[in-house]
Amino acid sequence: MEETKLSKWLFGILAWLVAIIIFFPIFIMMITAFKNEREAQSLSLIFLPTLESFFEVFARSNYLKYVWNSMLASIGSTLLCFLLAIPAAYRMAFYPTKKTQSTLVWMLSTKMMPAVGVLIPIYILAQTFGVLDNIVGLIIIYALINLPIAVWMSYTYFCEIPGAILEAARIDGATIWGELWHVLRPMTVPGLASTALLLIILSWNEAFWSLNLTSVNAAPLPVFIASYSSPEGLFWAKLSAASFLAVAPIMVLGWMTQKQLVRGLTFGAVK
Amino acid sequence: MSTAPPPAATVPAAAEVEAKPSPVLALLQLPSVAVLFLWMIVPLAMTIYFSFVRKNLLNPELTGFAGLENYRFLWEDPAFWPAIVNSIILIAAVLIITVVLGTLFAVLFDRDFFGKNIATLLVIAPFFVMPTVSALIWKNMMMHPVYGLLAVVTTKLGLPAIDWFSTHPLLSIIIIVSWEWLPFAFLILFTSIKSLDQEQKEAAAVDGANPVQFFFYVTLSHLSRAIGVVVMIETIFLLSIFAEIYTTTSGGPGTATTNLAFLVYALGLQQFDAGIASAGGILAVVLANIVAFFMVRLMAKNLQTR
Amino acid sequence: MKRVLAPLAVLLVTSLSLMAQQKTVNIVTVNNPDMITLKKLASKFEADNPDIKLNWLVLEENIMRQRITTDVSTGGGQFDVIFIGLYEAPIFAKRGWLTEMANLPAEYDIEDVFKSLRDGLSYEGKLYALPFNGESSMLMYRKDLFEAKGLTVPEQATYADVKKWAEALNDKAKGVYGITLRGKPGWGENMAYVSTLVNTFGGTWFDMEWKATIDSPEWKSAITYYVDLMKAYGPPGATSNGFNENLTIFATGKAAMWIDATSGAGPLFDPKESQVSDKVAFANAPIEKTPNGSHWLWSWAFAIPKSSKAAEEAKKFALWATSKEYAKMVADETGWATVPPGTRKSLYENEEYLKAAPFAKVTLQAMQTADPTNPAIRPVPYTGVQFVGIPEFQSFGTVVGQNVAGALAGKMTVEQALKASQAAANKAVKQAGLQK
Repeated sequence: MEETKLSKWLFGILAWLVAIIIFFPIFIMMITAFKNEREAQSLSLIFLPTLESFFEVFARSNYLKYVWNSMLASIGSTLLCFLLAIPAAYRMAFYPTKKTQSTLVWMLSTKMMPAVGVLIPIYILAQTFGVLDNIVGLIIIYALINLPIAVWMSYTYFCEIPGAILEAARIDGATIWGELWHVLRPMTVPGLASTALLLIILSWNEAFWSLNLTSVNAAPLPVFIASYSSPEGLFWAKLSAASFLAVAPIMVLGWMTQKQLVRGLTFGAVK
Repeated sequence: MSTAPPPAATVPAAAEVEAKPSPVLALLQLPSVAVLFLWMIVPLAMTIYFSFVRKNLLNPELTGFAGLENYRFLWEDPAFWPAIVNSIILIAAVLIITVVLGTLFAVLFDRDFFGKNIATLLVIAPFFVMPTVSALIWKNMMMHPVYGLLAVVTTKLGLPAIDWFSTHPLLSIIIIVSWEWLPFAFLILFTSIKSLDQEQKEAAAVDGANPVQFFFYVTLSHLSRAIGVVVMIETIFLLSIFAEIYTTTSGGPGTATTNLAFLVYALGLQQFDAGIASAGGILAVVLANIVAFFMVRLMAKNLQTR
Repeated sequence: MKRVLAPLAVLLVTSLSLMAQQKTVNIVTVNNPDMITLKKLASKFEADNPDIKLNWLVLEENIMRQRITTDVSTGGGQFDVIFIGLYEAPIFAKRGWLTEMANLPAEYDIEDVFKSLRDGLSYEGKLYALPFNGESSMLMYRKDLFEAKGLTVPEQATYADVKKWAEALNDKAKGVYGITLRGKPGWGENMAYVSTLVNTFGGTWFDMEWKATIDSPEWKSAITYYVDLMKAYGPPGATSNGFNENLTIFATGKAAMWIDATSGAGPLFDPKESQVSDKVAFANAPIEKTPNGSHWLWSWAFAIPKSSKAAEEAKKFALWATSKEYAKMVADETGWATVPPGTRKSLYENEEYLKAAPFAKVTLQAMQTADPTNPAIRPVPYTGVQFVGIPEFQSFGTVVGQNVAGALAGKMTVEQALKASQAAANKAVKQAGLQK
């Protein structure tokens, strides 16, 4: 397919247009973060930027503590998730049984239970085990709700590995561990890395269990945000500033791991 | 709980090597599946139990076996069937929008142009924003008919401002949710497209295929697996969309934006009735299984191995 | 190294022992401006009481309510001081989940607190919560727009007046709407206002046998009035406008009238937050057939769950935060107009306060005349002006709110909305065993 320079240029512009349109609401939020409350009521693009709202947000809440909790919960739960998911996925991908497929589908369907339905039983359970307002409790919950996705995605990546490679390694006398570490790992790391990123994002933004199972000690960023969305009082600038602060770490993470993300989500061409 | 004939297992060639799983392996797999099983069973069992008794946190005197009372309360509620219909419409619409646009944009971005990396990041950005914040941004900064951006733009053009949440409530929710999930679909499809062989492209060119034919016959079939993944994962989340509705329309006007999750909240959780909320949860799982059944049927071909 | 060790050890031991003696008090509150100020000034409390450490959880109203109820009803013990309203307090007290606020020090002067609030926060004659702020509802309007059209607002207007004024002042070309009212569905959102409208039009939620009376002619005329008024003279997007959105609409000069909480007056008066700070005036909430229930009564108050492990310290804090001294502290910090309104008579006898807050007089009158035990034109089996004081109300109240919003959006007729609401209310009270 030959493309004229003009059409190439046009398509580039089109792509940028799409990007700008999609990003626009976030852009609005970002500039509102730099206004004070009164200015925030109007949508003007011309204003005097101020850090007033950010200062107020920092003064009102201990931002760093929330970030710390978010990081602990997201990374901790993702690690725990993988610890549990990878062996299971390995087994299902390479030694499937008749029950494998239905187990997978069942795992997915249990994730479809709306959280609002199980809030009270889970709250009572958490209370019984003393993990209310405890970061460990949050890690466990997040790991468990993300487990089906971790299993499913790991399973899909493992399925991409041509059996021949493993067979060759086994014939070469590799042990199970050798097989896992030297052969499997390099081929699946990109995929698993992007799964990890997905899980971290999901945990980072999770706004139901984080609100209900924590209070003052283990509260992550969604609780921080919730304190700025109020039915009483003007808050657009502060909410934008708070959202900016809540989204920034994860956007930075996303930017830094872009290459891995792109490489890792490739399906089918593990060459 | 699976009701579908399982699609053909994606069995790699390794299985033909008759390696019986060593005890180490079985041990490896055990914790995960056991924990998963426990996690699924314990809350599920508690939920099933609660759905058959009377348990209201605010009214501890109401106790005793309730039989099907809680379920009846729900499905006799005039909002029940609208909630199911809304849930299905929401899922279907968001899936179609995100997959179609995701595919088109993936194709669009699969070329070199100035500042491609930044543009890609911009498109992915919405996925990083918390759903509550997204909903608030759309509700107050974009869609508000008095001081929202869209209203300002349309009035400048001389057209009346559209009152999104009053006249097109479900559509508004669909727009917001699609905006949140488009980046996800885009990302997965985009990276899948990258693996489309240069050779395949050239071969198609040699065969004299024009861009449109190329798209439909080559690109789409290459993407089918990725599309399958997107659909499965999005469906899981779309069934329990709650935050966006709660923040914007509170399920209204009337029942226009009440989906099953919101109904469970409104009728159960809001009055702290664990019995009704649990019954709603079970009904949602039943609905999920039905949806999964059809989904798996549709995707069966796509989930098959190469 | 040795030189450092000794003092370091002393420091360690001292701080450890201090920490061991230090009690943490977990507080959960809503994030309105009054609470923000409280949080700031609380450092003074901590300085005066070094053995008490305060931890804060600040949430949006509905989420906070859910969080508190879940915890308190399961004995979770997550919180030592909770922030509850007139609606929850009697319900929680009845269940025995709160510790009684007994043995209050004389200087606290509990008699100074409005009787209506004290009654509203008590159960069987015992007080269970200390009110932090109180509010009612009133009419807020743009005196400049009224003057321009030669209209004056008497102290007590009627809804017939309101309709006339809305028509006269509605000016779509200039982007000014005659009136803005709550439309977002929710028992504490649109229904808070609509309930008062229904009350003053002579309607009730239930009759003495707990049969719902929503399909009555009074409800019909009230809701029809509401829908017609808003459709003709209200801003678009009404069904997603709650308190916040309407505050923005009024503060940016886009509405001539607004009937809502008296706590909206403060921000409107502040030139930093409002573009109409010098143009706003206040009057009593309008009436129609009866003044009963024409304006609501609400208070946010501090209570201590029985499951708290720091009840003594929590009580200390609650007393401090609702005292006269605290009000003075706020006045010194940010001015008299920002003092938490509506709780004590003494505030309204304070010259400085009356000077700084022109809305004080109307607020005082509203607070003193709102009576949750007598909210309607005839006797009713429930208490509450803008709510029905039973746990089930949160659910069916919201369903009714959704139906009213549906009528406002034109998605259903008023009759349909009323019929559906009637069914929901009946169903709920039957389930609760109230209706035999």
